[in-house]
Amino acid sequence: MAKVPVQFTLNGSEKAEFIESGTTLLHALRDKIGDTSPKGGCHQGTCGACSVIIDGELRLSCLTLAETCDGADIRTTAGLAEGGVLHPLQRAFLDAFATQCGFCTPGMIMAAKALLDRTPNPSREEVVEALSGNICRCTGYEPIIQAVLTAARADSQNAA
Amino acid sequence: MAIRRGRGVAAINYPTGMNLGGDPTQALVHSTPTGNFMVTLSSVDLGQGMKQIMAQICAETIGVPTDRVIIDTADTDTGPHCMGTFASRGTHRAGNAVIQAAKEARQVMLEVAAEELEVNASDLETDGQGNILVKGAPQKSISIFDVALSAHFKRGRSISGRGMFLIPRSYPEKETGAMKPSTCYAHACTVAEVEVDDETGEVTVLSVKNVFEIGRALNPKMVEQQLVGGSWMGISHALYETTEPYYPNRDHGGTDFNQYLMPGPGDLAETEIIVLERPSADGPFGAKGPGEMCANPQIPAVANAVFDAVGVRIDTLPITPERILRALKAQAAG
Repeated sequence: MAKVPVQFTLNGSEKAEFIESGTTLLHALRDKIGDTSPKGGCHQGTCGACSVIIDGELRLSCLTLAETCDGADIRTTAGLAEGGVLHPLQRAFLDAFATQCGFCTPGMIMAAKALLDRTPNPSREEVVEALSGNICRCTGYEPIIQAVLTAARADSQNAA
Repeated sequence: MAIRRGRGVAAINYPTGMNLGGDPTQALVHSTPTGNFMVTLSSVDLGQGMKQIMAQICAETIGVPTDRVIIDTADTDTGPHCMGTFASRGTHRAGNAVIQAAKEARQVMLEVAAEELEVNASDLETDGQGNILVKGAPQKSISIFDVALSAHFKRGRSISGRGMFLIPRSYPEKETGAMKPSTCYAHACTVAEVEVDDETGEVTVLSVKNVFEIGRALNPKMVEQQLVGGSWMGISHALYETTEPYYPNRDHGGTDFNQYLMPGPGDLAETEIIVLERPSADGPFGAKGPGEMCANPQIPAVANAVFDAVGVRIDTLPITPERILRALKAQAAG
């Protein structure tokens, strides 16, 4: 099958790949480019573990064809830490014990980032709504909700 | 037709480990040339934090900071034997094996230090910070780093230890059937409050209040984390999860995640966790196994709360709206 050239920006750096038409973005990121931070949980858009941010919008990379991302700006959990310093959300997840097996964590963090990018001081209900497309088996969600609220508070204190 | 409120309580005893052909776990501990300690296990960290707990247990026994311990659970083909991480046995079984292995390694470490310091090994103690001191004369000391270097390159000693913890199989007494399947029991009690819509059969869990008696909590934050997640999972088992909704008829079973129901972040009940610590006699530093137990008592508590609310006993899980409506119909007809 003929391969299709795709170029996009991943966490600030240019990527160019030849991919088979129909390849999902999840597959391209993990198996072509080597960014394994998005996880393949259900491969049908149910669990949210593959969530990434494309041009500022939260997207499921398992349901997104890579060739539709030509020219896009893609953000994954692997690009959140800067200069070895964890992103406030990553810090808050650690401090709140919001991770157990860790499989849902990258998707949770991207869903939370998409929320905080547009709503820096969310209510608990807004956090719950933002995380409702992501499944977690271990934590019972409450520590994750608390981590997102904590990260939002930490961010607004830094801004003040 | 109304929303009816009910409250249910349930208490459980939970055995740690299992009683098949005996329940063994082994551990090996050895020092690196720079005085870090490797613990080799075939037990698995599923995300419950077993590596952290084993590092704490080994560090406490040898007398070094936890970050000087490396846990290797890489390979069940090449590692020492473990029955596995299940039945809430990880901390209890592997922890005891690690203590035994670490004690043996500590003894060799003290013997090498004794040769370096020209004292008797029984006169030495560790400061928990990576140093070995002469009791009563702490100015006379040697770092564990230097002891490990000496053992490797000068004294020709292996600072290592072997650990084995085995709960032998318990056979039932022929006359009575009585047996002792476990040596260590954790306990829990849950009070659940629910609302049941007797028109739709829908159950809303308003609150779950849990008390867990788990022996000594070796890492209290991780215990809390597991109990909070487990309490949610118990409600999930009680009301939502099944792959066989019409068992033994396999029709209409879920085939993927889309059809396997679990409560999401919007369905959380108000949750309270209280931890009681009554150290276990044969547990590592008094620990029991909180593992699976944390998701158990919510199930009968919710079933009892449903009975309290609408007067029907649902004895098949999960307690779905359909089962409640069928039971209410039978009750009305009866």
